[in-house]
Amino acid sequence: MTLASDPPKEGFRLSMLIYDTRFRSITIQVVVLLLFLAGLFWLLNNAYVNLEAKGKDFNFSFLWSRAGYDIAQTLIPYTNDDTHMRALVVGLLNTLLVSVLGCVLATLVGTVVGVLRLSHNWLVARLMTVYVETFRNIPLLLWILLMGTILAETRPSPRDFRFTDAMREAGQTPEASMWFFDTIAVTNRGTSVAAPVFSNSLGTVVLPGNIPLSLNALVLMVVLAASFFGWRLLMRRAKALQEATGVRPTTWWQTPLVLFGPAAVVSVLLGLHLDYPTITRFDFEGGFQMLHSFTALLIALTVYTSAFIAEIVRAGIMAISKGQTEAAYALGLRPSRTMNLVILPQALRVIVPPLISQFLNLTKNSSLAIAVSYMDLRGTLGGITLNQTGRELECMLLMMLIYLTISLVISSVMNIYNKSIKLKER
Amino acid sequence: MSNTSFVRNEMLPPAPPPVSQTGLVKWLRENLFAGPLNSALTVLGLGAAIWLIQAAAPWLLHSVWVADSQNECRAIVQERWGPDATGACWAIIRARWHQFLFGFYPMEEYWRLFVTFAGLLLAILPVLATSLPRKLLWGSVLYPLVAFWLLWGGSVWGPILTLAGFGLWAAVFLALQVRLGVVVAAGVGLIVAAVFWIYGVDPIETGLQSVLPFALPEVDSDQFGGFLLALVIGATAIVISLPLGILLALGRQSDMLIVKSLSVGFIEFIRGVPLITLLFTASLLLQYFLPSDTKFDLILRVVILVTFFSAAYIAEVIRGGLAALPRGQYEAADALGLDYWQAQRLIIMPQALKISIPGIVSTFIGLFKDTTLVAFVGLMDPLKGISTAVRADINWKGIYWEPYIFVAVIFFIFNFSMSRYSMYLERKLKRDHR
Repeated sequence: MTLASDPPKEGFRLSMLIYDTRFRSITIQVVVLLLFLAGLFWLLNNAYVNLEAKGKDFNFSFLWSRAGYDIAQTLIPYTNDDTHMRALVVGLLNTLLVSVLGCVLATLVGTVVGVLRLSHNWLVARLMTVYVETFRNIPLLLWILLMGTILAETRPSPRDFRFTDAMREAGQTPEASMWFFDTIAVTNRGTSVAAPVFSNSLGTVVLPGNIPLSLNALVLMVVLAASFFGWRLLMRRAKALQEATGVRPTTWWQTPLVLFGPAAVVSVLLGLHLDYPTITRFDFEGGFQMLHSFTALLIALTVYTSAFIAEIVRAGIMAISKGQTEAAYALGLRPSRTMNLVILPQALRVIVPPLISQFLNLTKNSSLAIAVSYMDLRGTLGGITLNQTGRELECMLLMMLIYLTISLVISSVMNIYNKSIKLKER
Repeated sequence: MSNTSFVRNEMLPPAPPPVSQTGLVKWLRENLFAGPLNSALTVLGLGAAIWLIQAAAPWLLHSVWVADSQNECRAIVQERWGPDATGACWAIIRARWHQFLFGFYPMEEYWRLFVTFAGLLLAILPVLATSLPRKLLWGSVLYPLVAFWLLWGGSVWGPILTLAGFGLWAAVFLALQVRLGVVVAAGVGLIVAAVFWIYGVDPIETGLQSVLPFALPEVDSDQFGGFLLALVIGATAIVISLPLGILLALGRQSDMLIVKSLSVGFIEFIRGVPLITLLFTASLLLQYFLPSDTKFDLILRVVILVTFFSAAYIAEVIRGGLAALPRGQYEAADALGLDYWQAQRLIIMPQALKISIPGIVSTFIGLFKDTTLVAFVGLMDPLKGISTAVRADINWKGIYWEPYIFVAVIFFIFNFSMSRYSMYLERKLKRDHR
């Protein structure tokens, strides 16, 4: 019996690099890499030559020179004598502020709209469809511009809020009034909101980088965090007891007590009260002052993103088959526990990944602040700093890097979450 | 003996159902007042709807269509409906509709825009309606060059020679594909075509133009604006970003390490930064990275960056579609002896693209909406650029609602019909029996 002879062994020939599929992929990769490096070299060389021709260099030392411009709304103290670096941080914090608030509000509104769109109520379902389709199909820029216009053009001026004794005697009422028990005043200049303040101050510490931190707020946060852990402990105890004896202890009244009781006591001790905005000669004083640019951007981002989130929530709920609910009922679970233990965990697996990509979109879309001149990262670093120093290359690269970092952080959090809730299959 | 028992001989006629179970009452009970919560929602919804209508209806009913300025509008409204009445002043749209639609495109050349738009409809018809003969698709393939020539004008030979370059690419590709494989053949073809485009087109064009002068008046890019600009940027980016996105998605799934990491790097970078920074890159930074004597049209730069932007998103959508395909499909293609590109073309892509349709269309919708951002690099988009330009006229100063509503309605029509078409396509291509 003869064995089939081995295929003739060929020596390596250069032509095999192209004709042999085993080597072709390596050839392609090497060529791609070379082309990429050549392209990169070409771009960098051009940049070098162009910078040379314009007499510019490439360094970031301008970040530590005096900024010299004012920023209307800041989270940390800032004057125009501070550096460009601090202006950058102020802008970044403003971006994060509007993004975080926008994400929270858009999630709340979007969930409500998404659930109501599935409602059996004919009218409400139709209205919510109109809401979603209107906000989703029209550019965000229009909503931002429109909100800015509405706030600035249709609101009364602070003067109209004034209520003098003479008017009271004459039986007149002011032309405009504040909302929600005199806590919010929206004028054509800005929005004033009643702010919580403490009458007994524990003092303020200044963190490195000249960031003041009120000790009262710190104490309150620590107490809240401790309460949260206490509540977790309570729940764990209840669960252990239930597993041991089969009877779940009553916790409904302990929960709010543990969660909010200590914080309420501390607040009362520190003298927490609301500082109401009051009308003075020219404008409102007291409370938080919010610029219209911020409010318009926040509202527009919220309504626009909430339309997308509503669709995500609706799709997530619809993805869970009715059999799941029926099976839970058959097991004797009450509707609330069915929702918490059966429906939500499954729906969240569908909802959360696209939801987080909407958060990412909202954060990136907050750069449209340029339309209403809100001083976010693009307004400080990519706007005034860039124009003043003329360092387009450095500013733009730095700005892209920062946005990229934010995005990568959010998406890596999403990946971790996805892994933790992934269906454990065999 | 009298018989007192009574036996009914005929059936009773059927009684009508109770009032609460028929007609309008039943519908109302089931759909609007099914319970306390439901009733409360209905009342709230009705209240919101009435409030909206009450706020908007008088303003819309008091519309003025013919006037020369905002003050004239106001005067007409007050004369007709009393001193406190407010009304919409659509006269601004009547006076400036052409700027909202076409920007500052020269008026005597408007016929070119109408021809281009009609051509666009004809060109997308065979793409959308699959029942038409497939050969019509060649017309759609040729359309972009025709549209380019009609919009920007200039010599007819430029587009024709550009087309010849593509022909050259295809010829080289077909000649080499069997021996060298798809990628190498396409690469060699691209090099040949690029050499032709860079060194061949200009001299030949000049020569042909002197022999057969046939040209349209040139229109400068600065004169583009309004929805014309949005459509030019949107349509170009949509058409180019789909194939580019497919290639990027395949690159990301590829076994080749270098190709994969380059694709991942590109996709993640583009998706990580806001579009607005990319647009600023187009307007501010490209001058640094290109040779200093390059003259590069701003619209073209913006189109390239917007295309990259949407290609990265499309790539991720298609990657989702690829990931959703069962492994067996790849193995079946291998078992049939198909090579990589045949398998992609005949087995993988048709299924993956079908799954990705909703995502692709919503990316396109997002892209079309994002074309408004070009206002920030100084282009005349319909929303901010043109509205601001119109308001700069003393007659129309401070008029906000009407332009916004006009632009919003047009955007809504475009985007809503795109999303409805994608839902129709999804239903049509659905193959499972659920």
